This record gives sequence, structure tokens and C-alpha cells, in this order.
Amino acid sequence: MQPLTALRAHPRRPTLRRDPAPSKWAYRLQRWMLTPYVRLFLRTGLPTLVLVGGVGIWFSHEPNRLALIAQLTHLRQEFEARPEFRVSLARVEGASPELAEAVRARLALPLPMSSFDIDLVAARERIEALDAVQRADLRVRSGGVLQVTITEREPVAIWRNEAGLTLVDKEGHRVAGLRSRADRSDLPLVAGEGADRAMPEALALFDAAGPLLQRIRGLVRVGERRWDLVLDRDQRVLLPETNPVQALERLLALDHAQDIMNRDVLTVDLRSDHRPTLRLTPNALAELRRAQGIETVENEL
Amino acid sequence: MTDLYTSQRAMRNMRRAAMQRGVIAILDVGTSKIACLILRFDGPDRLREQDGVGPMAGQSQFRVIGAATTRSRGVRFGEIAVMNETERAIRTAVQAAQKMANVRVDHVIACFSGAAPRSYGLAGELELQDSVVTEQDVSRVLASCDVPDLGQGREVLHAQPVNFALDHRSGLGDPRGQIGHRLACDMHLLSVDGDVVQNLLYCIKRCDLELAGIASSAYVSGISSLVEDEQELGAACIDMGGGATGLSIFIKKHMIYADSVRMGGDHVTSDISKGLQIPMAVAERIKTRHGGLYATGMDDREMIDIGGDSGDWEKDRRQISRTELIGIMRPRVEEILEEVRATLDAAGFDSLPSQQIVLTGGGSQIPGLDGLATRILGQRVRLGRPLRVQGLPQAATGAAFASAVGLCLFAAHPQDEWWDFEIPAERYPARSLRRAVKWFKDNW
Repeated sequence: MQPLTALRAHPRRPTLRRDPAPSKWAYRLQRWMLTPYVRLFLRTGLPTLVLVGGVGIWFSHEPNRLALIAQLTHLRQEFEARPEFRVSLARVEGASPELAEAVRARLALPLPMSSFDIDLVAARERIEALDAVQRADLRVRSGGVLQVTITEREPVAIWRNEAGLTLVDKEGHRVAGLRSRADRSDLPLVAGEGADRAMPEALALFDAAGPLLQRIRGLVRVGERRWDLVLDRDQRVLLPETNPVQALERLLALDHAQDIMNRDVLTVDLRSDHRPTLRLTPNALAELRRAQGIETVENEL
Repeated sequence: MTDLYTSQRAMRNMRRAAMQRGVIAILDVGTSKIACLILRFDGPDRLREQDGVGPMAGQSQFRVIGAATTRSRGVRFGEIAVMNETERAIRTAVQAAQKMANVRVDHVIACFSGAAPRSYGLAGELELQDSVVTEQDVSRVLASCDVPDLGQGREVLHAQPVNFALDHRSGLGDPRGQIGHRLACDMHLLSVDGDVVQNLLYCIKRCDLELAGIASSAYVSGISSLVEDEQELGAACIDMGGGATGLSIFIKKHMIYADSVRMGGDHVTSDISKGLQIPMAVAERIKTRHGGLYATGMDDREMIDIGGDSGDWEKDRRQISRTELIGIMRPRVEEILEEVRATLDAAGFDSLPSQQIVLTGGGSQIPGLDGLATRILGQRVRLGRPLRVQGLPQAATGAAFASAVGLCLFAAHPQDEWWDFEIPAERYPARSLRRAVKWFKDNW
């Protein structure tokens, strides 16, 4: 069987395509799309606009906003409540047992709690408000431990004032109260108004006292400006306002040379640089006058 | 003529603005195809440092980034015959080129081949006021050329100063600053039908484009296909287009004559179509596939199916030999070349020192044309292809694109035309401010 149509290669018929011209509006649209500003707008401006607009419309709806905030809060809380961040133990280091108790009481944290909820700065301020604490370092360590490292104040003297006896450190800050002097007989005693503020000077004087140290009863602040060194046998050394340590050293030298302090002297006045002034006891004075042949008349006045 | 002067100046300014923006379109409105190239200007001499390429006739400045051609519709003899058809064809070409270049172009430089160009040689001379030639003197001597009567509705397309002479020295390119007494100039003026230019302008405006320049395609294909020494020594470029054959004569790198013969490849096609009773499209295909001008014995045996769509077996199975085809084509091509010969003779081409003839355009691709042209036009005939331009697609490097490529070169390096010079101060309107400024400059 043969097909009815001849199997002859048709010469390719040149069909003229009807006018491929774009319509006027297609042409204008293409030109408009090729305009640089339009291209820039379509590439960056339009996506930005859509994004910002969508987000803005979503946020303008009140329940959406609240729901988002609630969601965020919930997430945050969930995260903070994870066991990795839980603090369950407070460890106080560097404090005596009584002080540690006091620190714990001051810390007053309802453990266990999340480390995000602990206000370390406030806790530190609370602890440092204790007189006996000089410095407190708070640190959340791994394993859920809140470590509180305490630097205690070291009492160096006893201050006697109107209220009673107080332990003070080397800066004059109160450390603790004291019931009786005998409890801390190892510490020197200072007295008088403002003695705590001049504590470094007092300590320097105690250091410089050397051989007199056994005899010292204490230092008395006079008029909040100078010291009196009170010795036993009611002896009293009046130190100058300026350079009291040097004056004391001079007295010691004098004492070493002439053994003044063992004599019957009531007061040694060192307030003048030029000469120390001695005040003898009445017996000694009478004895001296008698030796010098001076007759004194003692009357009622 | 002042309105032409201003419109040409406006076009020149627009061209400058387009070059500033960096993108300009080239539109060759031909009878058989409309070509659109999009040029990007990269600033001057980008290539120069890296690979030692010279200025390359100014074409290192630009790069072709988009090219498109489309079948031309509504154009006859290089003139627009049906406006909206042409407008659609221009739109097609411009859109495709824009799509390829991916930029939008607003300025276009166009060329066309028809509109009966007519050349005039103008001469003017001037006694110099002081002995140094200034720019104003150049303007004045150009203004002193007496313009011939161009005829009803004709407009000036090109007006290029070709030569300046100072006293007895001729052949000066730029007389400014030189010393002499009498300045003379020769100008070449090309006039075309104003209506054709108006139509083209209207079409381009309908496509939302602005015309930034206009040129005769005979001139621009001369620029692209004549090599430098031919332009210098004297040569004629014959641009065999679809509907018109353009003709331009160059010497000393200036065009001194242009004309067009209103016959071209489409006439050959229509001859084939009439002679063989086949549609124009088939005739065009047969012409380009099998056409030729010299028949040999083998051509008798080469049979060409010409077919048909009638349904009649006898008619649809027709065959012709190639010899018959050549027999139809050759007389018409001969006629075109004879016409060109006559035009060249009328222009006095014989008296040029060098009589090189360069054939270009789509019609020059007929096999055997160089042999035939040698017999009619003279011994020194060669086929020319346009200069190679950066970025031009391979498909657009053929002879058919001579005028498009030439227009690129024209856009990058336009020749000084009459309207590029300043208006002489005397020609300003009487109350112009610049005239007052001029008076102050002269008297103070």
C-alpha cells in the first residue's frame, strides 16, 4: 500500500510571519520597566515596602501585639527556668561562723532561684552594709552555687565613747560592739570624741611607743585635734597636734637618756617643739623646793 | 533656514546629552530592513593604556550593547510610505535591541537613504578685519556663502565646510589663528526633501524617542566602509540598499558629493517575482540563495524549485535553472550600475586623482557583482565591508550593516557642520543681549 500523498520533500515554504511588532502599550511598558528608577524600585523598594507594610499591618492589631509579647515573655521565662541556670546553694567564704550567719540572713534569697533573677549588685550592697564586712564578692559559679567571698574587717583597737566600747578597724570603721574591756585585752584602747577618725595616727603612735607600750593605758583624743597618751600611775603625755609621732620619739629618747618617766612626774607636755614641760606631783614639787631652800606657805587658797 | 539651524543645533545638544548619559540608539531605516544598535559610551580611550590600541577612529569610546534588525515595512525607495507600518517596525527593532542591551534608550540617531539628496558646492570669501583669523571670522565666512535656491520644500541635511583658503594657501583644515587677508571657504551642502525628514521625525516621535541626529545613509556608509587612505585620496562609496542605491564621493576625508539612484535590491527581487510568477518572499529567498550575475555551464544543470501554493500540481512543481535566474537578475543590476556610472560622470568623478570605487550595502553581496561592476564602473572596484566595531554581533558585521556601523562612527565623531559654528554676531537679532556684549567687547 502506498500513501496517497507523495513522499516528496516539500520545499520549506517561506511563510512571512505577520508583523511581530509589539503593541504600543507593550512597548511603553517595556521601556518603563527598563527605566533605572523603576528597576531599582522593583528590586529593592517594593520588597521592602511589602515587608514593612505587612509587618506594620500585623502589628497594628492589638491582640497580635499582646500575643507576641506574651509569647516572648513565656519563652524568656522558660529559658531562665532551665536547670542550668538554677542557683540552689549560697556558700559564704572567708567569714567567721557568726558573721557567716549574719551574711546569710542579710542575703535573704529564696533559694533555689534562677540566676537571672538574682540582683547581685543589690545583694552585695546589702552584705557590705554589715559593719564587720569590708568587701563582699558575689559570684554565681557552675553547679548552681552562689559564692559569697567576704573580706572581714580586722579590729585593731577599742574605742571607748559615750555609748560604750566599740571595736574599730585600722580606718576607724566600727567592727562590732564590745561588752567589756577584758574580752579583748590584747587590743589598745582609744577614747574621746573623733578618735575613730584619727585611727591611723593612733596606730602609728602605738607602734612608736616601744618601751612605754607596757605602761600605756590608752590614747585620749582631746578636742578632736590632738592626742594624750595616758600611762599607768596617772601619768599623761600631752602630744602636739602636728607630728605627734616625732614628739613621742623625742620623749622616748629623753626617757632613755634621763629616765624621766620613772620619776615622779605627773604630766609631760610636748605640745611645744622647743621644750618639754614637766609637771611634778605635789610631793615631788615640795621635795624639790625644800632641796632648793625655798620655803612655801601653803594656805587654804 | 534659521529654523533648520536651530533644530540641527538642538539635535546636536541632544546628542551631547545622550553621550553624557552614556547610551544612544542608532536607527538605520532602510527599505528592506530596519536595524537598531544601542551604543554605550564608556568615556574616552578606555582601551588606550592596556593594550596599546590607538584611537581607532574614535570607536574605542563606545561599545555596541544591543543590536536588532527587523524586516522593514512601509518604506519604499528609502522613504517612509506608510507611517504606522514603519512606526511598528521601528518599535520592533528598538524593543528587541533594548531587550538585548537591558537599558532604556531615549535618544536615537537615524539615517535614511532616500529623499532625493542633492549636492551643492558653496563658496564664500571674506576680507579679514584684522589679519588674524578668529572664530567669528570663520563663522562669518561660512555665513557669506551664497546659498543656492534649493527648491520648494527642501531642507539642508548636511552642510560641511570642506576646505578653507587663506590668501593663496588652500587646503587648510583649521584656519583659526593664522595670518592673512582674505579668507575663503568651500562648503558642501546636501539637501533633501523636507517631507521625508518630517515623516521620519514624526515616526520616531511616535515611538517615544527623541531624534538626536540625522544623517544620509550614503554619507555614513562611506564613513564606515572606505578605509582612511581612500577617504584621503578620493573614492566613491556605493551603498546598494534595498530600495535606493546611495552614492557618496570622499576626498581629503570630506564628503564632497552624494546622490542616490532610486533602484536597489528590491527591484531585482520584484523582477524575479514578475518574471517567474512567484511571490516576493519566495523571490527574495531564491535571489539570496541562488542569485548570481555570471552564468557558467554548470548553472544550466542546477535546477531550483520555485514552487507555489496554488494546489495546481503543474504550477507547484515548477523548476528553473540558475542560468534563467541570472538572466533575470543581471539586466537589472547592470541598469543600476549604469545609473550609478551616469551619476558619477555627472559629478565629475573622472577628474579625481584616485578613482577607487567601493561597493557596499546588502545588494553588494550578489556573487559576481565585483566583476560586473569592474566592467561598468572602471577597474578599481572592490567590495567593502564596514569597519569592525567593538561589541557588534557577528551577524551584523556584513556589508548590509555598512550604514548602521557608519552611523555609530558618526555618533561618536561627528564632523563639524555649518551649525556647529557660532552665529556671526551681525546675524543676531538687533536687540540681542549678546550683540550688546559684542559691542562692549569691541569698543572697550
